[in-house]
Amino acid sequence: MRHHHVLHVIAKLLLPFVLLFALYVQFHGDFGPGGGFQAGVIFAAGFILYTIVFGLENARKVAPMPAVRVLVAAGLLLYAGTGVAGVLLGGHYLNYSVLAGTPVAGQHLGIMVIEFGVGVTVAAVMITIFFCFAGREK
Amino acid sequence: MITENLPILLVVIPLLAAPLCVLLRQPTLVWGFATLVSWMVFAISIQLLILVLQDGTISYAIGDWAPPWGIEYRIDPASAFMQLVVAGIGAVSMVFAAKSVPHEIPERRIYLFYTMYLLCLTGLLGIVVTGDAFNLFVFLEISSLSSYVLISLGHDRRALTAAFQYLIMGTLGATFILIGVGLLYMVTGTLNIADLSGRLPEPAPRTSLVAFAFLTVGTSLKLALFPLHLWLPNAYTFAPSMVTAFLAATATKVSVYILLRFFFTVFGVDVAFFDLPVGDILLPLAIVAVFAASTVAIFQENVKRLLAYSSVAQIGYMILGISFATVNGLTAGIVHIFNHALIKGGLFMALGSVFLRLGTTQIDAMAGLGRQMPLTMAAFVAGGLSLVGIPLTSGFISKWYLVTGALEKGWWLVAILVVLGSLLAVIYVWRVIEAAYFRPAPAGAAQVKEAPLAMLAATWVLIGANLYFGIDSTLTVGTASRAAEVLLGLEI
Amino acid sequence: MELVQGLYNYWIAMILMMAGFYVVISRGNLIKKIVGLNIFQTSVFLLYISMGAVEGGTAPILEEGLTRFSNPLPHVLILTAIVVGVATTALGLALIVRINEAYGTVEEEEIHAQDEPA
Repeated sequence: MRHHHVLHVIAKLLLPFVLLFALYVQFHGDFGPGGGFQAGVIFAAGFILYTIVFGLENARKVAPMPAVRVLVAAGLLLYAGTGVAGVLLGGHYLNYSVLAGTPVAGQHLGIMVIEFGVGVTVAAVMITIFFCFAGREK
Repeated sequence: MITENLPILLVVIPLLAAPLCVLLRQPTLVWGFATLVSWMVFAISIQLLILVLQDGTISYAIGDWAPPWGIEYRIDPASAFMQLVVAGIGAVSMVFAAKSVPHEIPERRIYLFYTMYLLCLTGLLGIVVTGDAFNLFVFLEISSLSSYVLISLGHDRRALTAAFQYLIMGTLGATFILIGVGLLYMVTGTLNIADLSGRLPEPAPRTSLVAFAFLTVGTSLKLALFPLHLWLPNAYTFAPSMVTAFLAATATKVSVYILLRFFFTVFGVDVAFFDLPVGDILLPLAIVAVFAASTVAIFQENVKRLLAYSSVAQIGYMILGISFATVNGLTAGIVHIFNHALIKGGLFMALGSVFLRLGTTQIDAMAGLGRQMPLTMAAFVAGGLSLVGIPLTSGFISKWYLVTGALEKGWWLVAILVVLGSLLAVIYVWRVIEAAYFRPAPAGAAQVKEAPLAMLAATWVLIGANLYFGIDSTLTVGTASRAAEVLLGLEI
Repeated sequence: MELVQGLYNYWIAMILMMAGFYVVISRGNLIKKIVGLNIFQTSVFLLYISMGAVEGGTAPILEEGLTRFSNPLPHVLILTAIVVGVATTALGLALIVRINEAYGTVEEEEIHAQDEPA
């Protein structure tokens, strides 16, 4: 793909918008359609596009495997940790109402954090899966 | 606060521990951490069992959303008993893993191995404690996906094909369950298992009958009911020793539990066994499972595969008990879940020790092993006797209730067949004993030492428990019969 | 006519389901098996989603003048099931890659043939 200038330019142009759209889907999820799963996949799609156009070597520099692996774990920890925070604050597991001063603010905060955890894990897992398959060529 | 949240901690602690293992990475550290977590979970499960036996069913509303709207975790005597089995076997397997896993798994994969193990534990415990039908499907897939990975980590390349075959059949089974749950939701508009049972219209409309069929076939695939058992022998044979011991003792048992839940709690014994001829279908299948699988087991050259086929036969006994749909029959089925978990866990661990020393589990290679590894082989003999159902072993207790249940119904033939099935078990267990004790070690074979202490300890804990519960069965039979009464709707 | 037209969503789901199931059973190529499995799972997604639809219903967002909503619950459930499906596919394909490295083929019969003498 080294000599495809058109692809390079277009991919570079598209990338910020793909990632931005992912963040929009992520954080607008409590007002309109969206959420962590979709956002994570869109975010990972940006990386996959980059990998296809610029090669695995370059992509690995942007997203080193150890870092991605930490993100996989971190997202899940964030999710489950938020649930446990609800327990520590006197509610049941995944009760967001106790997370902030009022139940409404708590629910708002809770779903944001939870969906962010989902988004991080999904994006990191998708990237890992793609890297694993792409890196196995002999 | 802790007591109130025990049901969720049971599931969340291993779930949180899994990603932490990924972050820790160092093999010994990860093992220590995972072991600690497993024992914590075991302690929680004991606490939960005590609570349930004292105060009755525990209900826990996730996120404080009142059931049936929110997801409910519901622990009645049946689930309390099952979660104890799963957590207990998990805790003991981790001790066994100390020496077995470093021997069989490449060092750089060990942390991932334990991550998968913890996820599998999460899934199995989740299935047992959840009171929500869709949640059950999700946990089923968590445990299944992680067990496919665990199986594929076996040293033989055939582990890969075995895992793939299991993946295909397991996914088909789980998707069937998903269809069944969806159809039930269509009929009732609820996913809560307790709520479902009250809302299913009588007489059952066609949709709920179709749901019943899908759920039965899907679960039968997962629990390896003959003739849907084809994935099981390969998966057990080629998986790493610790995985075989853990999965053989828990995974299929949890699927039997799912079957019990759907048959008795959701549809109720009247629909499942009197409106529909389920008992008439399960009974012959169970008996064929016992005889066909035992016969095949007799001709196996690999002891691990021999025990895998014996597992299919033993599942037959459990289903046989369930198909009676009486208190004694169900008690036999449930108590056999527990006893068989101890027996097979112990036997596969003993075999794991043999594999560690010999590098194979072929029956011929085990010749003369009785003198070289006396403690391991003694454990195997004790486990084998229990498998047959000799008095003073826990296997006898299961068979006793099974025969009682059959006689109570006036089914003499079934009772005789149960005893005959046990005789087949005598033959395949004897083949191993004969090789280990009555044949000289093959000429030129290297002298092998006794298994390491950790592995012996884990094996003997299970075998010892198995002998103990053969003599004092108040805990096992007491809990199982309460569970049976709850399932049959005799006790609320 | 009612049986076909009124329940067409179930017919589609059922045809896809059986098609996928048939592919899983009949094909020896492991990748084709995964494709079949995907079709099979997707049919169930369709079954769920069409079951949540309400005639004339809109997306379940609170807005002036909207009173009929489709049931969002099956959609949420299926989102989870899709993720499970993705995980299954990824794992299945990963196993196929490993199998291909170990056996040099992804045809079931050739794999069995290689294992027989061993």
